[in-house]
Amino acid sequence: MLLGFLVVIAIAIVRLRNLVAVIMLTGIYSLHAALFFVALDAVDVAFTEAAVGAGISTVLMLATLGLVGHEESRPSSRAWLPLAVVLVTGGALVFATLDMPRFGDPDAPIHRHVAPRYIIDSPRETGLPNMVTSVLASYRGYDTLGETVVIFTAGVGVLLLLGGRRRDDEEQE
Amino acid sequence: MTHHVVLRVVAKLIIPLILLFALYVQFHGDYGPGGGFQAGVIFSAALILYALVFGLDSAQRAVPTTAVRVLMALGVLLYGGVGITSMLLGGNFLEYDVFAAEPAAGQHLGILLVELGVGITVSTTMLAIFYAFAGRRAAR
Repeated sequence: MLLGFLVVIAIAIVRLRNLVAVIMLTGIYSLHAALFFVALDAVDVAFTEAAVGAGISTVLMLATLGLVGHEESRPSSRAWLPLAVVLVTGGALVFATLDMPRFGDPDAPIHRHVAPRYIIDSPRETGLPNMVTSVLASYRGYDTLGETVVIFTAGVGVLLLLGGRRRDDEEQE
Repeated sequence: MTHHVVLRVVAKLIIPLILLFALYVQFHGDYGPGGGFQAGVIFSAALILYALVFGLDSAQRAVPTTAVRVLMALGVLLYGGVGITSMLLGGNFLEYDVFAAEPAAGQHLGILLVELGVGITVSTTMLAIFYAFAGRRAAR
């Protein structure tokens, strides 16, 4: 049901030419994805998706739209090669899912690797009931540091490209 | 945007609640869903809402651009600093066990500080990006 909605919204996004409507639809798409994650019991991921995908990116996209205009120009020719690439890649991915273990299967490789150790030992080792937090911030602290640096780098990149100082120079000219 | 009375009143009502919720998500992330990343995004969402309703200038008076840029780096530094401190105390990089006599207490402190670093960096980066875009538009 939710997946069906996602597909419908995705098709609408591709078909529409009005970019304001497209941005609103991407926000709705993210909100649906968040609901989907809740249905899969991944509340932390759903929380992030709702806040970032539906909230902040929508605002940032609208801010960008204020700079570049509201209508997407019509594509000059139909792009058959990209369509073929997308179809082949999608087909390969769907084919790969046939090999995946059944959803929720306790014998799936991902549930037999480090997951049992986290589930059994993390409450004792970190004293935290939320295992997502203890994995993110403690066991995988190094990765999260990398993530934070990535966000910081993105911010620095935007500031370098759009930052305030050059604007002042332009006004002086 | 001086005459949107309903928007201004409603925004004034809900912005403090959003900020409070962000702090809750930040410091309750150990126990419930959430953490530094989500809290940072929610916190910056409240400030962006303020900027949208009351104008970019008043938002930049409340949270100056310079402060945003400094805090952006400070969050990463706090995270890295926790790692370096744990090394200085004789552990591995980001090994929180050494922060307190009891490993679990040290873990708790370390995770709290690290999440705070993530929250600070994420919220100020989002705000810096928004300021950059919105300021660009205001300049045209």
